[in-house]
Amino acid sequence: MTSRGTPPTVEVDQLVKRYPKSEVNAVDGLSFTVEPGEIFGLFGPNGAGKSTTIGILTTRIRATSGRAVIGGVDVLRDPVGARAQLAVVPQHNNLDRSLTPRQNLLYHAAYHGVGRRERESRADDLLERFGLADRADKRIEAYSGGMAQRLMIARALIHEPAVLFLDEPTNGLDPQTRLLIWNRIHQMRDRGVSIVLTTHQMNDAAGLVDRVGVVDHGRLLTLDTPTNLVRSLAGRSILDLTVALGPQGDVDALLTALREVSGVRKAEQLAAPALPAARRPGGFGANGRAMGPGRGGPPGPGGGRGLPPGLGAGRLAALGLGAAVGTLPSARARAGTRIRLHLATDPAALLGPILTLLSDRSANLTDVRVSEPSLEDVFIELTGRGLR
Amino acid sequence: MTVVDATAAPARTTVARPRPSTATVFLAVLRRDLLVTGKELWVILVQVGLTPLFMLFVFDTILGAQGVVGRSFADLFLPGIIALAAFTTALQSVALPLVKEFGFTMEIEDRLMAPIPTGLVAVGKLVIATIRGLLAAVLIYPLGALVVGSAPWRPEGLPQALLVVLLGAWIGGGLGITLATILPIQRINITLSLVVTPIIWTGCIHYPWPRLSTIPWYQIVTLFNPMTYVSEGVRGALLPTVPHISPWACLAVLTAVAAITTATAVRGFTRRAIQ
Repeated sequence: MTSRGTPPTVEVDQLVKRYPKSEVNAVDGLSFTVEPGEIFGLFGPNGAGKSTTIGILTTRIRATSGRAVIGGVDVLRDPVGARAQLAVVPQHNNLDRSLTPRQNLLYHAAYHGVGRRERESRADDLLERFGLADRADKRIEAYSGGMAQRLMIARALIHEPAVLFLDEPTNGLDPQTRLLIWNRIHQMRDRGVSIVLTTHQMNDAAGLVDRVGVVDHGRLLTLDTPTNLVRSLAGRSILDLTVALGPQGDVDALLTALREVSGVRKAEQLAAPALPAARRPGGFGANGRAMGPGRGGPPGPGGGRGLPPGLGAGRLAALGLGAAVGTLPSARARAGTRIRLHLATDPAALLGPILTLLSDRSANLTDVRVSEPSLEDVFIELTGRGLR
Repeated sequence: MTVVDATAAPARTTVARPRPSTATVFLAVLRRDLLVTGKELWVILVQVGLTPLFMLFVFDTILGAQGVVGRSFADLFLPGIIALAAFTTALQSVALPLVKEFGFTMEIEDRLMAPIPTGLVAVGKLVIATIRGLLAAVLIYPLGALVVGSAPWRPEGLPQALLVVLLGAWIGGGLGITLATILPIQRINITLSLVVTPIIWTGCIHYPWPRLSTIPWYQIVTLFNPMTYVSEGVRGALLPTVPHISPWACLAVLTAVAAITTATAVRGFTRRAIQ
């Protein structure tokens, strides 16, 4: 959010969509706003209503009720006017295969009334900025997934929209392309374009988005900055323990006891088998800051990347915990019961009491991992682990 | 800092950006399809040329040489072939690409996001289909004459022929868009065959309608086929001496059908484009 006092470029108010023959609302009273120059992340599990919401805002789906305004134009009343304010980059490749890449840009600009000379100059500039200048006149079929995605983003920008909708913009792309795309998204934000982004690569996006709305069953579960979300919902850090229980070991009793340790917000048993050792690879020594735009590599299953500013795990390493963590053989780790503790305080202060508690119950600690909660943890916490 | 803020603010207002005129956008959408039509000209030539020319060749040159059909048959047949080329080219050149654009490549989406009413994108498609149909008819006339060795020529009938062909192509395009947008993808091929084949064979391409009076039930059936009025309209314009349905009746029916197919095409297209 770079501006205050100016009206929002996206206003969604009590938006409802019920598809014909459906018994439930796909979008169920959704409300949010996006400021000029803000990157807004709309996150949610598959089928949560994100695509329907984007579909309504981009005039392709008619809302059942509610109000949506894009760039000052009411989408429901004046969809044609709204289209002049926005651009969409869909998840699938919808480039015009009958045209060359350059023509894709030129014709899109023409559809939006950009004059000939202006659109030619903008196309040259965009092709250059997206690294496509030398392949601008080839056939679209010869384009890789990354090139097609870059061209679609360039196409979306050529008519200089007030709001840009990006649906999974970096899905399946190599780190170089992701770096470039995140970088260009940043530049657009700096130019005052509002960006509405959906992605499942939340930890990648955590450093990019200004605010996040988490949607499920068509309703907004929460809306805040990534930093606040992580702080408020998941606690300050996470301690994953692998415990070999004693002969009379009772997991539930142990969990109850752990919950009573001061500073433990929540204790839960994790499903066996153990997650790969790569989980939270950056537990120590990871970038303390949020994942920057385009930082490559697929995020681990639970995160360990994308730590919001100020919550870096590097800080914990400084507490002297590094040696105790992640050093035990993973074969032994797999043999035990896996417990996750959400802490409200520093893990260093809690390790002592926890060890005492475990030894009192003849349980052996076989593995400890400390990590910061990520946006993805927040997401899982809100929307559950069930498959959609 | 205040100065910076003050200068930065105007760039970030939410006053709606100016929207281009509908005509500008419509012409841009049309220009794209014209460009593609130009690129695919040889495809259209093949689409247009092969079937009707082979029909002419077999019915006139081969069967004529065997004495199965009379020499004058070619004169009766050529107007029907012109009508057929206009109608089927318009239908085919819009239906299958539209199925592809909506169902597989999604490349129509960029035009659907253009700031014009969605119905006008459909009308643009209809205009292009009509142009393709007209082009087909104009090409098949001399080509057919070359195959047969002669052709009915009546300059004063050309305006009527052109008008009828235009309406025929428009109806073909409208039907093509309607079918392509309302049918489920997996049924498009079979339906096109089920619809197009009877249209071709009951459309009085090969025979003048009044002469069907010997088979009254079939004569009535052909009245329900718009193709009949296209064939009869072209035939009446080029061969006024051969018995034919009145040109005014042809034009009236074709205009009405064109209006209906336009409505169904725009409706089908819009429903497909906006959920």
